[in-house]
Amino acid sequence: MTTRAAAASHFDVDLVATIARKELRDAVRARWFWLYAVGFAGLAALLATVALPRGIAGSVGFGRTAASLVALVQLVLPLIALTLGAQSIAGQAERGTLRFLLSHPVTRSEVFVGTYAGLASALVALCGFGFGVAGLVASARNAGIDAGAFVRIAILSLLLAWAMLALGMLISTFASKGATALGTAVFLWLALVFLGELGIMGTAVATRLPVDVLFLSAVANPVEAFRIAALSALSGSLDVLGPAGTYAVDTYGRALEPLLVGILVAWAVVPVMVAWRRFVRGRDL
Amino acid sequence: MIDLHNLTKRYGSQIVVDDVSITVERSESVALWGPNGAGKTTIVRCILGMLAYEGTITIDGLDAHSQGKAARRLMGYVPQELAFYPDLTVVETLDFSAALRRLPATRVDEMIDLVDLGPHVEKRVRELSGGLKQRLGLAAALLPDPPVLLLDEPTSNLDAAAREAAVALLHDLREQGRIMIVTSHHLEEVGMLVDRVVALEAGRVTVECPPNQLAERLRLRAWLHLVPAHAAIDAAVAALRDGGFDARANSYGVLVEVSAQSKGLALETLRSAGIEIADLEVWR
Repeated sequence: MTTRAAAASHFDVDLVATIARKELRDAVRARWFWLYAVGFAGLAALLATVALPRGIAGSVGFGRTAASLVALVQLVLPLIALTLGAQSIAGQAERGTLRFLLSHPVTRSEVFVGTYAGLASALVALCGFGFGVAGLVASARNAGIDAGAFVRIAILSLLLAWAMLALGMLISTFASKGATALGTAVFLWLALVFLGELGIMGTAVATRLPVDVLFLSAVANPVEAFRIAALSALSGSLDVLGPAGTYAVDTYGRALEPLLVGILVAWAVVPVMVAWRRFVRGRDL
Repeated sequence: MIDLHNLTKRYGSQIVVDDVSITVERSESVALWGPNGAGKTTIVRCILGMLAYEGTITIDGLDAHSQGKAARRLMGYVPQELAFYPDLTVVETLDFSAALRRLPATRVDEMIDLVDLGPHVEKRVRELSGGLKQRLGLAAALLPDPPVLLLDEPTSNLDAAAREAAVALLHDLREQGRIMIVTSHHLEEVGMLVDRVVALEAGRVTVECPPNQLAERLRLRAWLHLVPAHAAIDAAVAALRDGGFDARANSYGVLVEVSAQSKGLALETLRSAGIEIADLEVWR
């Protein structure tokens, strides 16, 4: 490769930032973003309100608010992030805008990373908005917020959102049409959020799974990994999960939360690496 | 210089570009000419590195596949289907394109003036007509003042007046000495814009020649739809058939098949027979 070509072909962080800024700006301008953001923040505010009836305040009040938020996050954020990721590459390819982008002196890697970074930033904004509103409402109702636990739950939520975004983008790089990608993402959301939990419970009852297998099967699902990590961050105890919770605390002790965070990080990184490889080796445009 | 060597593109078992070799020298403008499905757009997308292909393509010595980013620095592209981000304004679209090419904002202003988009800069792309989108596409392609311009059916979305203005602009760009590759199926347009025509059919090169020889080399035919004055349709059909033309009446006129380069002969035949023509259209 000539010096001229080598200089022009290296991975350019400035170009990635340009693409990411455009993605973020597009997301923040889009109606869906505000629909999701207001819906998420509104539900969070509602939960913060109904979880704190008159007479309940202080740490008990915060615990109830935070537990409600965890339930909301594990339901809503995966849907938002999965559909966002699923529509990214497939949608742009279908509309032809990907072709416009790739007619510029940019590499597919730069386009992919810029798109992921922009969408991931949009999710930061969305989570910040939702948790900010919930925090304000809880403070206003004198819930006695444990700031450390609240921030840990917010960070875990963000990790879950990024993991779901990565899975969405993986779907997007394999789908030939935006609608196919969207449908697949919704099916995956159902599988992760509902079928995952019910499936494991049903399987455990039917097959009398050993508790260690039951626990590992549960945390392989990023939504469950988030739920368990968030409950652990909130109360330090997993008694609410029954024998699997007791097993987890006894077996992993202080390593449990890093293990669960590691699982979420792996879900955020591995699918996006596979999606990147698929996109770079590439489809015809 | 652009060099395509044994370029082949397959989709599964279907071959859409079949062993095409074309060299375009510096300052030369070349048309890829042919009907829909001939492979013109596919070749342009291969040059841009958007499609996987067999064979080799180099742009000023840079491989279009392995050195695509560097190669695309040399090229401006106006696609046939103008797909910009619908929610960006005209100026935001050009700013984004300029940022991807690391060009100053002043260059955006120059291009807006060049293609006369000034009154539309704050409009969102989804609000633009086909003609305005075409101008935006041209402005984006010209931003880096590229030595190579790839124009895929550059006037396909334009009305007659806008097409004339676009052709005049492209003619000026050609005079500036850059390489131009234009896909088109308009014979007249090709004649005004290029030095050489590469005719394609079913992915293969059938003829390479100067534009003024294309109609003759390909034995191109056209249909004239003539509306005789005073409803003299039968007389017109008879006169044309006597003159050796394949002519037939339709509901309100006469259809006559002519050579693409000698359409006037049919009119001359009718004039000699004393038949006036009130209106005419050329169908291809």
